[in-house]
Amino acid sequence: MSLLKEPDYGTPPKPGPAVVDVEIDGLPVTVAEGTSVMRAAALAGVDIPKLCATDRLDAFGSCRLCVVEIDGRRGTPASCTTPVAPGMSVRTQTPKVAKLRQGVMELYISDHPLDCLTCSANGDCELQDMAGAVGLRQVRYGYQGQNHLDATADRSNPYFDFEPSKCIACSRCVRACGEIQGTFALTIEGRGFDSKVSAGAGESFMDSECVSCGACVQACPTATLQEKTVLQLGMPTRSVVTTCAYCGVGCSFKAELRGTELVRMVPHKDGGANEGHSCVKGRFAFGYATHPDRRLKPMVRERITDEWREVSWEEAIGTVARRMREIQAAHGPDAIGAISSSRCTNEEVFVVQKMVRAAFGNNNVDTCARVCHSPTGYGLKQTFGESAGTQDFRSVAAADVIVVIGANPTDGHPVFASRMKKRLREGARLIVIDPRRIDLVRSPHIEAAHHLQLRPGTNVAVVNALAHVAVTEGLVDKGFVADRCEGFAEWAAFIARPEHSPEAVEGITGVPADELRAAARLYAGAPNGAIYYGLGVTEHSQGSTMVMGMANLAMACGNLGRDGVGVNPLRGQNNVQGSCDMGSFPHELPGYRHVSDDAVRTVFEKLWDRPILADPGLRIPNMFDAAVAGSFRGLFVHGEDIAQSDPNLQHVTAALTAMDLVVVQDLFLNETAKFAHVFLPGASFLEKDGTFTNAERRINRVRAVMKPKSGKHEWQIVCEIATAMGYPMSYTHPSEIMDEIASVTPTFTGVSFELLDKLGSVQWPCNPQAPEGTPVMHVDEFTRGKGKFVVTAYVPTDERSTRKFPLILTTGRILSQYNVGAQTRRTENVAWHREDILELHPHDAEVRGITDGDTVRLASRVGQTTLRAHISDRMPTGVVYTTFHHPVTGANVVTTENSDWATNCPEYKVTAVQVGLAI
Amino acid sequence: MSHVISEQRMANQIAANQRHLPEADAVAAVAGHIDRFWNSFLRSRLYALVDAGAAGLDPVVVKAVERIRT
Repeated sequence: MSLLKEPDYGTPPKPGPAVVDVEIDGLPVTVAEGTSVMRAAALAGVDIPKLCATDRLDAFGSCRLCVVEIDGRRGTPASCTTPVAPGMSVRTQTPKVAKLRQGVMELYISDHPLDCLTCSANGDCELQDMAGAVGLRQVRYGYQGQNHLDATADRSNPYFDFEPSKCIACSRCVRACGEIQGTFALTIEGRGFDSKVSAGAGESFMDSECVSCGACVQACPTATLQEKTVLQLGMPTRSVVTTCAYCGVGCSFKAELRGTELVRMVPHKDGGANEGHSCVKGRFAFGYATHPDRRLKPMVRERITDEWREVSWEEAIGTVARRMREIQAAHGPDAIGAISSSRCTNEEVFVVQKMVRAAFGNNNVDTCARVCHSPTGYGLKQTFGESAGTQDFRSVAAADVIVVIGANPTDGHPVFASRMKKRLREGARLIVIDPRRIDLVRSPHIEAAHHLQLRPGTNVAVVNALAHVAVTEGLVDKGFVADRCEGFAEWAAFIARPEHSPEAVEGITGVPADELRAAARLYAGAPNGAIYYGLGVTEHSQGSTMVMGMANLAMACGNLGRDGVGVNPLRGQNNVQGSCDMGSFPHELPGYRHVSDDAVRTVFEKLWDRPILADPGLRIPNMFDAAVAGSFRGLFVHGEDIAQSDPNLQHVTAALTAMDLVVVQDLFLNETAKFAHVFLPGASFLEKDGTFTNAERRINRVRAVMKPKSGKHEWQIVCEIATAMGYPMSYTHPSEIMDEIASVTPTFTGVSFELLDKLGSVQWPCNPQAPEGTPVMHVDEFTRGKGKFVVTAYVPTDERSTRKFPLILTTGRILSQYNVGAQTRRTENVAWHREDILELHPHDAEVRGITDGDTVRLASRVGQTTLRAHISDRMPTGVVYTTFHHPVTGANVVTTENSDWATNCPEYKVTAVQVGLAI
Repeated sequence: MSHVISEQRMANQIAANQRHLPEADAVAAVAGHIDRFWNSFLRSRLYALVDAGAAGLDPVVVKAVERIRT
């Protein structure tokens, strides 16, 4: 494919049907009311010259290049700011407007470097294009007058340069930062000739509030804001549309290459999840894929104390197969298993669980979703009948009240956060339920109506109290409940009990009762109330209960089944949803169907020609327990770093050390590989061909930008292991794997690579009932028929602060880093976050004699580590916070074995700790 | 942390989350959950705990185990 450039219609589309007939240069076109003349012209196939206009930003009307003449009207209005009117006849090219445009361009060019041939944007410069489009042949003013050509460049950002001498002050960058990203880091400083783009109050980009999302770079029509990779490598010449491998937003990108070299990642305007926006990780942090730390050859060693020995693929795969079978022969068929990854494609995950079930002959497969969103799968399945979020991301644009619970979207899911912030700037009200004062609580043009700063571990008490207010104050949507739900009476009687009132639980939750009541009234009374949540909900001893509690609340208030509402998990990794969909849990076959279901097993047994066990397999923590007990002895770890990401690392490492065979397939020799006997090199997302499914159930294509550097696709390696174990698995292309998935998974029946290539993406369920997918679920009825109210009793966690460990540690993610940091630590993103930091309240710091920047010891009952302290009143007293991106810190050394009662999802968010100055 | 305690802790936790139910319902819920989501390795270790006197186990868990086994 050549370089893909999406059409730019100049101004955003207007909602509503096309009802206004106009004529552009004699060409008839019918557009929606409110559409600009510029957009109508573009839709008619007439491009009006423009510089300050782009269809991702509201019309600005500053460059005056897009002037037109309209029959019956005086003057030459700007087509970007002039809406169409019925019967309007527009002339886009007349001697009068041509002269005006040439005059405008003369002024621009008189203050612009004439270095086109050596400019990094040569060939991709709208100023250059417009000079040609308006027929500029001379600049009468000369170039000797006052100009900006000596303006100093700002090269502080690791990913892009700011070259103000090339700036035409069109404000596109400033507007992109505000309108698209919602950060408002940029401004136009000065007036008239002195106008200039400024990051913050005259700071460098790096020192400013800029979050390096790249929106300004993308919006810039010249080389003023340019990726450093373009400066170094030149303008790319071809594009491959693919999907980001970071968070669960699943942004679509154009990987732009020059030859075989990846020059830049540009967010794809047609991407359903991101619609042309990006964050610093997806946009810029792809350098890890070619990092020298990558291991590209298979390696084997007898003992974990031995040196690695590079071997052929045949030897590595043969070793895995042989030793796995030896373990089974000696210790039984259940003595081996696998952990699949949410960073891998659906096709890769599917073949891993198939290998386990058909070749290993057991159900010992689990996925890293175990440690993040397994309670989502459980809770939403119980209440709604489907283990998935209810909405598409676009839905937030119709929300009137947004509740964010245990999530930090501006850091964890920044591109979705930008959508959310846009809606909040439009007037939607915000309720944040989080112990920590996340950025959303108060950021430019946004202020939460209520921040319920609850004590960690009291989510269920809070959600029950919210529901209590809805039920006891007559805020229940009785019609919705009567028509669509079951179990209401029992649940309502439970939730209406006095012990669930805000006043009764205030002492438990720490949330003032009047604040909680006000928040409940706001959500329950909203025309459209939407709940978005993250791991602050799931990673608790009552994670599953809390998911069901939110589902109860949404059903009671009738907030399901249409745009603007719903219960929406913000998934941590790119393919958490997909890896769960693909049957990675030890109790479920693809499509969330329990292994005990004879009919379901029969489908797979016929297809795979092997018996499937009806008994659930081991979950990840059970695998560790069984390994320490000596009954589980062989593990295939596919793209996960369990020795860094899982809780209670001493126990994890004891388990890994106890095993006879640990196989790690990864890009890098990660922490887990220290315990491995076989290392199989993996492929980065740039080398993969397949699909990811994001948090809104959107199945997106992942297309290979380059061949696998190891020489093999990951799905191929898994198939070869299974084959070497005596169970032939063979596909010639990942589309065949998707075809197999579709053949056995009712919610995927209509999915194929062909369909995805045609539609761009599709949200499951995609089947004959919904051939183009399902953006919003449970519209007319719930997947299970009636939505089920489940009684959600609050049970305090066993993890309590004590005299010895008086503080509660909660963990999370920050914008520039991603999970265990294996990817982002190998990029320039370390410029923002070189180490994990412990945030603690000034009071907690003062009583311990800790000052900002001190190195402190963080200890729990299971372990301790050291890290630097940052004193911050974001935290309430008694609660400390850190990230887990750096292995040297090993934050999970201190997290415990406590877990969700229903799913064993670890309780990362509540660990009793003590903090003191490191000696 | 020994694994025996893991099963005890997990099972007691399931029972604690069903404590709002009448005992017979709680027993059924705990039994159903363990039967549906626990692997035979975990179940066998839990049974062993019960057989060894059920020390530290919630009575609802003990009854749930009896129910699963019958």
